[in-house]
Amino acid sequence: MAGTPRAPRPAPARPRAGRGLRVGAGRFPWPLVVPAVIGLAFLVLPFAGLLLRAPWSTLGTRLLLPEVRGALLLSLTTATAATGAALVLGVPLAWLLARTAFPGRRLVRALVTVPLVIPPVVGGVALLLVLGRNGVVGRHLYEWWGLSLPFTPAAVVVAQVFVAMPFLVISVEGALRGADRRYEEAAATLGANRWTVFRRVTLPMVAPGVVAGAVLAWARALGEFGATITFAGNFPGRTQTMPLAVYLAMQESPESAVVLSLVLLAVSLAVLAALRDRWVATP
Amino acid sequence: MTAPGGLDAHLVVDRGGFRLDARLTAARGEVVALLGPNGAGKSTALRALAGLESLTGGHVRLDGADVTTTPTERRPIGMVFQDYLLFAHLSAVDNVAFGPRCAGVPRARARAAALELLERVGLADRAHLRPRALSGGQAQRVALARALAVRPRLLLLDEPLAALDAHTRVEVRSGLRHHLAEVEAATVLVTHDPLDAMVLADRVTVIEEGRVVQEGPPAEVARRPRTGYVARLVGLNLYRGTAEGTSVAVEGGGPEGRVAVAGEHRGPVFVAFPPRAVALYRERPDGSPRNVWPLTVAGVERFGDQVRVRLDGAPAVNADITPAALADLGLEPGTRVWAGVKAAEVRCYPA
Repeated sequence: MAGTPRAPRPAPARPRAGRGLRVGAGRFPWPLVVPAVIGLAFLVLPFAGLLLRAPWSTLGTRLLLPEVRGALLLSLTTATAATGAALVLGVPLAWLLARTAFPGRRLVRALVTVPLVIPPVVGGVALLLVLGRNGVVGRHLYEWWGLSLPFTPAAVVVAQVFVAMPFLVISVEGALRGADRRYEEAAATLGANRWTVFRRVTLPMVAPGVVAGAVLAWARALGEFGATITFAGNFPGRTQTMPLAVYLAMQESPESAVVLSLVLLAVSLAVLAALRDRWVATP
Repeated sequence: MTAPGGLDAHLVVDRGGFRLDARLTAARGEVVALLGPNGAGKSTALRALAGLESLTGGHVRLDGADVTTTPTERRPIGMVFQDYLLFAHLSAVDNVAFGPRCAGVPRARARAAALELLERVGLADRAHLRPRALSGGQAQRVALARALAVRPRLLLLDEPLAALDAHTRVEVRSGLRHHLAEVEAATVLVTHDPLDAMVLADRVTVIEEGRVVQEGPPAEVARRPRTGYVARLVGLNLYRGTAEGTSVAVEGGGPEGRVAVAGEHRGPVFVAFPPRAVALYRERPDGSPRNVWPLTVAGVERFGDQVRVRLDGAPAVNADITPAALADLGLEPGTRVWAGVKAAEVRCYPA
């Protein structure tokens, strides 16, 4: 911890042990450090509370309850499926935004970010209106193929893709804009067409950005609540994901909610830790 | 159609306040150096040849086929970039095999051919290293091998030695010369270093402000520069003037700015002489048949084991003298001196 010199001190006659002749840091920046520490506490304390209130003695048995296992399994599979779908659709979309010029590109870019800012519940309502059995698109899906999307596990995935894909698109687009395009030119001089350039040069170059975007999207999909409950409902075993289970448990037995929350927290932290080199470490 | 084989190009690129308008030819197997100062349009010309930049006008023909609007990936070219742009996620051999793989050559065959090419540039033992693990000179050779792997009919090199330190440069330059001599494709090489041009090229095209100002074999360009830029590059004092017999009235020269030359000439000419042919005196040397001018010292710089004295006057002259002579003459900026050049040392050629 540095001291708090208020006025320039006279230079010490002898260099202090360990500090050598290092120049002092000057006035301590209190107006920055105090809010920063409060902010950090605000972010960390809730998790500490969660850990303190956890019913550690019955944790094992509670985790093995079929409802918990079902919700966790559903959350993991749907979030992963949603991330996969977001990758397949979002990476090309990011490429389109970063590498091509077409009229209305700025508008498209703004539209892509809309799901980031609207409340997810609104997204869920919108999805229901479009893909519901009487929806603009959903009606035809039902008439022609007998498909009804709402209130199915597929609907969970659709809702998650809707809210999570913008994160991936933004992240990948940023990586594409930051990548040195001259490598793509070099590949073109070697006879690579645009698809090959993308596959063999661009994608490896922006891989860290794609991974970061996928992690963000996965985390967002895992925590998705509003759009899911509106569009997919809350059927245990079918569409009840972890966040929905937490919310429901909170009203019946708060201890169960704490357990479920801990599980979600642990899963999220595990993923973050696994990817820390690629994501957290890079500025 | 001056060159049915090789490159025949007329490059016109309009971009804001800059206009490139250059004719460029290179026969098969010929190495043409595009020499010019920064911002002259050399790189734009090279990018236009590669199809990385669209032409406003003109044409690009390769072995008789018009490729003016052909997309880059379908042009039969190979390009070595200034900082090589090797793909960091691929090993050296996979970098070299990249082009053939794009052309549909099976993986095993492409890699075998790439290994052979790497062997030819002396890098067989580095084939499986990533570009990051290669030295600058090695990366340059991998980049050359990668460009040659597609069997280009036009090989383009953008400042191939600029990214190397002075020491490596000498070595890589002679290696590159050796490899370029074996290339059957027409080769265009962009450089701002006259030494690169002299050593590597069969023909030099000088570009200034988007236009070709001089063209010819390296020795000819070095001996008979036609612009101040080239003269400075090859280290000559150059003047434009009008000849009458053995006397040339130099443009920008004062009443005393007449230069006596050895041969008989008439009309507009260039006059050139090397700085080391200039002798300096504190007093006007009398009774000698030399060209002498009164000048003022503008600056003194080290130049190898010589000292280069920049002299202002009509006309301005650069003189190379020994450090001992500098001390004897006691020269410093502002000193007034006389400069003398023998007529036999002065080259004169039609403008």
